[in-house]
Amino acid sequence: MLTLAPLAAVMWRAEAPGGLGPADWAAIRFSVWQALISAALSVALAIPVVRALARQSFAGRGLLVMLLGAPFILPVIVAIFGLLAVFGQNGLLRYVTDLIGLPPIRIYGLHGIVLANVFFNLPLATRLLLQGWQAIPSERFRLAASLGMDRAEIHRFLERPMLREAAPGALAIIFLVCTTSFAIALALGGGPRATTVELAIYQAFRFDFDLAKAALLAGVQFLITLIAALISFRFSVPAVLGAGLDRDLRRWDAQSGWPRALDAAAIAAAALFLLLPLTMVVLRGAPAIAGIGPDVWQAALRSLIVAVAAAGLTVGLALALSTASTASRLRPVRRGYEAAGYLGIAISPLVIGTGLYVMIFPFANPVGLALPVTVLVNAALALPFALRILLPAVQATERDFGRLADSLALTGITRLRWLLLPRLRRPLGFAAGLSAALSMGDLGVIALFADPRQATLPLEMYRLMAAYRTEDAAGAALLLLILSLALFWLFDRGGRINADA
Amino acid sequence: MLTLEDVSIVAGTFHLTANCSVPEHSLTAVIGPSGAGKSTLLSAIAGFQDIAAGQIFWNKTPISGLPPGKRPVSTIFQDGNLFPHLTAFQNVGLGISPALKLSAQDENRVAEVLGRVGLTGMEARKPGALSGGQQSRVALARVLVQNRPVVLLDEPFSALGPAMKAEMLDLTKALLTATEATVLMVTHDPEDARRIAEHTMVVSDGQVAPPEPTRTLFANPTDALRAYIGP
Repeated sequence: MLTLAPLAAVMWRAEAPGGLGPADWAAIRFSVWQALISAALSVALAIPVVRALARQSFAGRGLLVMLLGAPFILPVIVAIFGLLAVFGQNGLLRYVTDLIGLPPIRIYGLHGIVLANVFFNLPLATRLLLQGWQAIPSERFRLAASLGMDRAEIHRFLERPMLREAAPGALAIIFLVCTTSFAIALALGGGPRATTVELAIYQAFRFDFDLAKAALLAGVQFLITLIAALISFRFSVPAVLGAGLDRDLRRWDAQSGWPRALDAAAIAAAALFLLLPLTMVVLRGAPAIAGIGPDVWQAALRSLIVAVAAAGLTVGLALALSTASTASRLRPVRRGYEAAGYLGIAISPLVIGTGLYVMIFPFANPVGLALPVTVLVNAALALPFALRILLPAVQATERDFGRLADSLALTGITRLRWLLLPRLRRPLGFAAGLSAALSMGDLGVIALFADPRQATLPLEMYRLMAAYRTEDAAGAALLLLILSLALFWLFDRGGRINADA
Repeated sequence: MLTLEDVSIVAGTFHLTANCSVPEHSLTAVIGPSGAGKSTLLSAIAGFQDIAAGQIFWNKTPISGLPPGKRPVSTIFQDGNLFPHLTAFQNVGLGISPALKLSAQDENRVAEVLGRVGLTGMEARKPGALSGGQQSRVALARVLVQNRPVVLLDEPFSALGPAMKAEMLDLTKALLTATEATVLMVTHDPEDARRIAEHTMVVSDGQVAPPEPTRTLFANPTDALRAYIGP
């Protein structure tokens, strides 16, 4: 309901006249183009990194792999701030380009959008491909070593066939993610040559207040993500949120000399690319955080409330869907429940936001409902991830203890209280932490609805950046980073403490 | 009396028919080759396995339409009898109230039954802090507080060593005889049947043979039993 009703509203309003102008077609082309480039670059750059991670073992490898999961809960606007601090007008890289006499890099426009997309999706691509690598049984590498295969042969007989299977899935899912990267386009795009469809929806809303146009564009955006989602569902995409990615594999090839040095360089470059912007957020933010104004603190408080409410809603919905799906004996019904939960992954927050706006508008002032709407939309967006975490856990619990609970007549609330909640503490905490952090950093639907008095912390930070109040933005960025990580840590930790095996 | 009337169980290509009564207030062993359907038979009585045809009666009342928790039946499974996140006391308490709302009287009863199975002082321990034998005792204690007329034991102590298993069998027999329960015990070991079962029924070739006194049966084994035991 949460996702389908707004969609219906979009369809209804989109029939209004107007049609798509040349600027809209340009936006569609740009949306697809930037997503294509970003996906291709992310996967291409990930391959040497994954290969290095897969065949070298070194101290801190586990930590690095874990760190690759971190961008998932990193607020987009914070990352952009960090990227600007490295690649921007007055960024670190400027010193280098000045020194060797090159012109400064232009980060706004296509370059910047692709850069930010790669920043977020290189780790995702790495994790996806790493699973592919680790799916190659270690016996094959042992066999290859005993046959005396060299690196080229191992690549040809073991790695390339695997990549042919794993890479298209990774490309498709990253393409999907990049078509809904509104916050990145908002901060780094704009203008006739760098406007995505989502950004066009936002502009139709905020600047022209053309609801019919916004709804039409939302329909287009929905089609794009739907097609991208259908393509990516055709490939089996492995779960990336689970554990088990830090298994060491004993390898006999590429353990010395040039290959090892090249692997080290690939890993170091990737780590630098990911860590340098974050380091800059901390370095620039630390002196500024003491001077944070009351507006930012209030925005932070609003964000915390939204995040906790959205996390509660997400986890509640995910638990309800998981138990309903597990309890049902009919396969189609089970699939139906799951599909309902996964819908959120294929839908842009801007589309749901537009739909909700159209629905609310005749009855009330949508601006007044900005925060509740944000909670709803954030919950719908986090639901697929929460479901992916909880559903297997619920299934395992029912498989292991369902009969015992049945024989003791544990049903309804009693079953929830004495069986599910205690067994599911860890996944519940993890899911709540993820949803809270995602919601904390979300800069999507809130940008459509809110006036300055209702800004969340990411929106407030975006405003500060747009007003070139870099000092204040730096403080807000660090605060947002700390709060997001802290929320995740607290929930996740809460699920682990005193949890019984 | 527990009666299986023309019961037929179908699961894929597996087929099992049963038409017999289980003697009251006594312990009946269910033996037969693995895969013959011993556990499936118990699942059907407990309500985890739908029956394709026929009816199961307890004292003339049909019970096959009831959910597992509403049947006059309590079960000790092969494993997974305890919730690992609950204490021994709570695990037993669930047998009295699924919501764990226990009166002072109930609590006394739980403590008393835990004493009867020899676990005094271990009430607050969770299953992870108990040995395999002790875990079996907690499960047995819960069956005792549930106080249902039919008790199903599905190879309950097969994970224990021989001495511990013999001890648990004797304890189970003694405690359940005192409650006058009708007990069905699946086992793959004929020695178990000879040790504690008054009656034995053999499951083989998709058929459940009616129970016979264990002693008579083993003195003059049927073809099915002879095939199972071997020379």
